[in-house]
Amino acid sequence: MPLLSAAGLINGPLGPIDVAVDASECVAVQGPSGSGKTLLLRALADLDPAAGDVRLEGVSRAAIPGPEWRRRVGYVPAEPGWWSDDPAAHLADVSAALVEFSRLGLEDAVLRRPVAQLSTGERQRLALIRALQRDPRVLLLDEPTAALDPEATRAVERLIAERQATGTSVLWVTHDRSQTERVASRVVSLRGGRLES
Amino acid sequence: MHVMLAVDVTTIIPIGAGDIAIAAALLLVHGGLSLALGLGVGRQVLVAAARMVIQLLAVGFVLVALFERMSPWLTGVTALVMILFAGREVSARQDRRLAGPWAYALGTGAMLFAAFAVTLLALTTAVRPQPWYDARYAIPLLGMVLGNTLNGISLGLHALTVGLVRERSSVEALLCLGATRWEATRPVVVDALRTGLMPIVNAMAATGLVALPGMITGQILAGAEPLMAVRYQMLIMFLIAGGTALGATAAVFGGVLRLTDGRHRLRLDRLTPSRAASPR
Repeated sequence: MPLLSAAGLINGPLGPIDVAVDASECVAVQGPSGSGKTLLLRALADLDPAAGDVRLEGVSRAAIPGPEWRRRVGYVPAEPGWWSDDPAAHLADVSAALVEFSRLGLEDAVLRRPVAQLSTGERQRLALIRALQRDPRVLLLDEPTAALDPEATRAVERLIAERQATGTSVLWVTHDRSQTERVASRVVSLRGGRLES
Repeated sequence: MHVMLAVDVTTIIPIGAGDIAIAAALLLVHGGLSLALGLGVGRQVLVAAARMVIQLLAVGFVLVALFERMSPWLTGVTALVMILFAGREVSARQDRRLAGPWAYALGTGAMLFAAFAVTLLALTTAVRPQPWYDARYAIPLLGMVLGNTLNGISLGLHALTVGLVRERSSVEALLCLGATRWEATRPVVVDALRTGLMPIVNAMAATGLVALPGMITGQILAGAEPLMAVRYQMLIMFLIAGGTALGATAAVFGGVLRLTDGRHRLRLDRLTPSRAASPR
């Protein structure tokens, strides 16, 4: 049984599509801009009122309250939002986050600067750590390394691989074919809101 | 507090149509300014003044009929019509309204709840006219409460919709981490309620120092004792403050319920597009 599955998923111009990801599996999502990649992740994260049968470990999404679903199915958008200008306010455990900071090449000083003054890459990594601290069963990542240098990109890939090893499933939107080869065991391609065979 | 209207009608100085015409002549100043400076508002001033005269005359006749008949039904229907107009005004003041009938229903519902609650409280505890639905008291009280509650509700709703659109990514960031719709929208809700309540807070602080309210002025001109007029003003300010708080809270929380759903998703698709960019 897949960890996360969606059948007949429709979100605006996206779908209907079927998609599934097993435990510890990473599926890359590819497609040109406007093909529906972000709509797919938002529909799976239950941020948009999408139609279709979505299940987590066989349990229908309708049986799981929205907030609980989103705790289990974590979504990191390409442009994350910030409700406070204090980076520490976004972290469930600041001292644990510092360990991840050093692994991802983030300096501790990032915590002392307003979010608005962080670079795009720093914000992307902070958002990733913020999501990982909630221990989701499934991670939906929308170009999480788009603004990172190769070294930081590899660090993020290693961190995600470790989560996969503990059973977390990943849907990873990326335009980088070499990254797809490094992180994913399977590729899902979208075009015009439909899956490409 | 049980206050009584202490008006000695023999002290009212009657004014006639000629007296009003002298005051209306001041509009010539508007016209002159408009012409001299090319303001182009001469026609608008004329239309606004004509509307005011017609509307006030109509209200005067309606009030005369209401006071003579002393009917609870007639008073109730008049109050309902006032609230329906106020609800329409709330809806019209929004840049991005709730789609469908919700914009009207939410503003009107919040107004109905707040204005009726505080007006009934005043009629049955403080003012206590005989009978309690006496239109001479009920309609002016409701009118003053409505006019100010309307402001608080429309400001609160406007701040809510603008705030949710502006803060969409931060609200959704909280939702993504498992927050409920109430937790995720809390900063926007707090801001909307502050915005809705600020005018009445400012008005209470300034009343008597910066501005002598129309109600005091009216009662004094009608022959009331200044201290009794002041008591009435205090009563009405508290009613307005209570009504605004109730109305703005009901409208903002109702707005959150409509702009989210049972799955705790943000539903900005339930807002109409912004009118700011559209040609007028």
